[in-house]
Amino acid sequence: MLSFNLLVAACIAYVAFLFVLAFAAERAAAAGRGDWLRSPLVYTLSLSIYCTAWTFYGAVGYAARSGLEFITIYLGPTLVMTGWWLLLRKLVRIGRAQRITSVADLLSARYGKSVLIGAIVTLMAVVAGTPYIALQLQSVTLALSVFGGGLDGAAGWDERETALLVAAGLAIFTVLFGTRNLDADERHHGVVVAIAVEAVVKLAALIAVGVFVVWGIAGGPADMYARIEASDIAEWHLDSGRWVALTFLSGAALLCLPRMFQVLVVENVDDRQLATASWAFPLYLFLISLFVVPIAVAGLERFGAGANPDLFVLTLPLSEGRGGLAMLAFLGGFSAATSMVIVAAIALSTMVSNHIVLPIWLSFREPRAKLSEDVRVIVLRARRVSILAILALGWLYYRMSGGGAALAAIGLISFVGVAQFLPAMIGGLFWRGATRLGAASGLTVGFVVWAYTFFLPSVGAATPLWAEVQQLGPYGLAWLRPQALFGIEGIDPLVHAVFWSVTLNTLVFVGVSLLTFPGPVERLQGVEFVDVFAREGSVPRGWRGGAAGAEELLSMAQHILGPGAAQRLFQDAAAEQGTGGFLPEVTPDFLERLERRMAAAVGSATAHAMIAQAGGGTSVSVEDLMAVADEAQQIMEYSQRLEAQSEELSRTARQLREANRKLTELSVQKDAFLSQISHELRTPMTSIRAFSEILGEEGLSDEDRTRYARVIHDEAVRLTRLLDDLLDLSVLESGTLNLSMREANLGEVIGRAVSTVSAVPGQRPFRVLRDREAEDVVLVTDPDRLAQVFINLLSNARKYCDADRQDVRIEVRRGDGGVQVDVIDNGSGIPRESQEIIFEKFARLGDHTRAGGAGLGLAICREIVEKLGGSIAYLPGQGGAAFRIVLPTGLARAA
Amino acid sequence: MRQTQAPLFLERQSYRRRRLADAARMLPVLGTMLILLPLLWAPQSTPGTDTAQGGLYIFLVWGGLIAAAFLMARRLGAGIEPPDDPQGGDREGG
Repeated sequence: MLSFNLLVAACIAYVAFLFVLAFAAERAAAAGRGDWLRSPLVYTLSLSIYCTAWTFYGAVGYAARSGLEFITIYLGPTLVMTGWWLLLRKLVRIGRAQRITSVADLLSARYGKSVLIGAIVTLMAVVAGTPYIALQLQSVTLALSVFGGGLDGAAGWDERETALLVAAGLAIFTVLFGTRNLDADERHHGVVVAIAVEAVVKLAALIAVGVFVVWGIAGGPADMYARIEASDIAEWHLDSGRWVALTFLSGAALLCLPRMFQVLVVENVDDRQLATASWAFPLYLFLISLFVVPIAVAGLERFGAGANPDLFVLTLPLSEGRGGLAMLAFLGGFSAATSMVIVAAIALSTMVSNHIVLPIWLSFREPRAKLSEDVRVIVLRARRVSILAILALGWLYYRMSGGGAALAAIGLISFVGVAQFLPAMIGGLFWRGATRLGAASGLTVGFVVWAYTFFLPSVGAATPLWAEVQQLGPYGLAWLRPQALFGIEGIDPLVHAVFWSVTLNTLVFVGVSLLTFPGPVERLQGVEFVDVFAREGSVPRGWRGGAAGAEELLSMAQHILGPGAAQRLFQDAAAEQGTGGFLPEVTPDFLERLERRMAAAVGSATAHAMIAQAGGGTSVSVEDLMAVADEAQQIMEYSQRLEAQSEELSRTARQLREANRKLTELSVQKDAFLSQISHELRTPMTSIRAFSEILGEEGLSDEDRTRYARVIHDEAVRLTRLLDDLLDLSVLESGTLNLSMREANLGEVIGRAVSTVSAVPGQRPFRVLRDREAEDVVLVTDPDRLAQVFINLLSNARKYCDADRQDVRIEVRRGDGGVQVDVIDNGSGIPRESQEIIFEKFARLGDHTRAGGAGLGLAICREIVEKLGGSIAYLPGQGGAAFRIVLPTGLARAA
Repeated sequence: MRQTQAPLFLERQSYRRRRLADAARMLPVLGTMLILLPLLWAPQSTPGTDTAQGGLYIFLVWGGLIAAAFLMARRLGAGIEPPDDPQGGDREGG
């Protein structure tokens, strides 16, 4: 017989299994072996978090109480899924195009990237989600109480403690796998795989119980049919209002529930997934509902109307002595509850961090202050804290509501709450005239009506004050009674709440939208959403470009996307524009692209605000707005063709301009260099001539003779060094240099360079910060030449770094292109306009004659590195002057 | 060859595809009608027992919808080009 301890052990083993699975999936995805994670099957299974503990336990309870009505909860989503071509395809396409991260982000992005809308939706989603999470905690506790009652080892077991323990355990899992990284596209592979497995477990468990009931308790389908005919629920009390309202609600919930939006839109990769899910997900719902009525009927037969019908799935197998089946059923219910809580917490915490925490944090910053802290750290911390807070809220609701209500009744409170997003969502997708103010007021009205007519009655029903309000209306205003608004009585409370909240919401949304005027960004976003298929890639940009410095943008992007991803994004954009390096020209296209990318991490409103801050204000041009107007459509199509041609031209022009600028600068420098070099050659020559003349004279003391000979020697050495450098460079450039390639340890090469440079005494303290572990890489290279490169870079840092304490960091990383070595000092860096010429011969910045070089050092470095098969570039946005050397990985391996 | 038989309808395939998309748009409308149909029977006022019969009807409609969606999705899905935005390119490695 099943013991309580065995049950708990099975539970823990199951959770441990999920942990391992989630971890393995994350590893596989990170290693690039994650293609199957995007298969339509996994996608469909992940959608099944629609079926929570409400379905698993509550559906049977619902059927036992009200017969066939339970089925509406699954018919609504079926209609929405089979109609994917009409609505979901558009929603999902917009989600991918705009890199939407949550339902709050969708509405905020549609209505002009509005912070206000994002915050309202987030707040509503958290309040509406709380009862739902409480429902899951309640179901697990209830299920355990079934076993706790009749099993050994259950003494001293406390329901409240269980709920708290379950909440804590779920919080840990969610924090571990839901906030591992601020991934650019908000996909969580570990979690998706875990919920896909849980989907299979819960379906299998419910079907197993159903099969047992139909063939084990009853004598097959025909007998079951007869039993249904003879049962308490044989008469179908079809309440038309509720039937329609519930079908509508459940369809709306599929679109609006934050967790459903997460798996349906955010985790979606392509339309194929949707095409498969359009029939496979209804099939899943079909299978899961198939045995609900038989189980309810069998439960009613056995236990009568007195028992809690929410638990028939467990009590039926237990009363038949099927411990194993009961255990499977318990795990199924446990799966249903946990997967819902995990995804809901992830979705809600993303919304809280992106639409409440970040905007507040942004508004407290100096408008144009430099971004010093890593935004990713703030976002991740905010998400972790919100996950804990959301689960704590759920637990609190469970305690406050007393845990006595039917599961389905609790779930419906959430459904009506999130259905308030529907008018703004559908309006936003299909009606260009929908405005931000319209959406905000519609949402607010719907939310208030929902809270007043449905949510508060559920939590406050027991208090005398509320009872009075319910009876007589607030301040005795009878027409404001929460469950009989405007004096219309006798409606079912659910239908009443749905009808008034959604109707008033829609009316206010449409009315205010008609009366207000949308801002420029709103209008652009409206077109992007409504005409997502028609205007793919041709929608005007919201940025005018040029205002922001590329370097500032890069340094900001690094704090949000992480240095690697940000640098790659900038580098790619620069390469596409036809210029090299890390700083592309700040065009409207580029700003748009950067904003989208950042929106995937922190939400569209925050991304927009941050770029506006960095770039000094957004601007939508008249041309952009013209393009939005319908009449301009034809002109636009024509101008698009022209644009495509002119883009090519402007790319070439950009390259030419760049080349011309370089040439002009170089020619000026060459002139300067010639006069410089003649000067440098003449000075030692003059003194050599003068002193040799003196040496030729009679009557010099030995001492003087030696001194003059010394001077002549020193000057000759100076001349030789200058000539050596010139020679070195010409040998390198003519390609006649012989490299002696052999295996060498990068750390040793750097070490040699550092000790050479440190041996020369300097005026200011000089420190090199190294990471010896990362440097421990074996390369096939010419170590002497490579050391020369590092010596050049380090002595440059020593000469030009203007910090009081010179610190040079050397960072070694292994990337896809090879081994990356960054040499970064803490001075004021190299100005933007000079960054491109420093690698040219004779380039010298400012008046640094005191440094005594001829401006050949970096040119020699570049030649050497290129001969070694690598590349060297200036790395902007790192604080000081920074150089990145990439050495080929071909033969490199870790020592 | 089809082209030689009906030169006026060269775009037969894409025409079929567009009509199929129309059908896909109509499917939820049809489904809604069938699901709301029981309202007309008013089973609460009929003397007999209806739950078993009604349940059977709903599950039949449901199965029909799934089958129709399956057939349409297979034909419509075949025309969907692979992921328009290869995310792998700018995914963060660490």
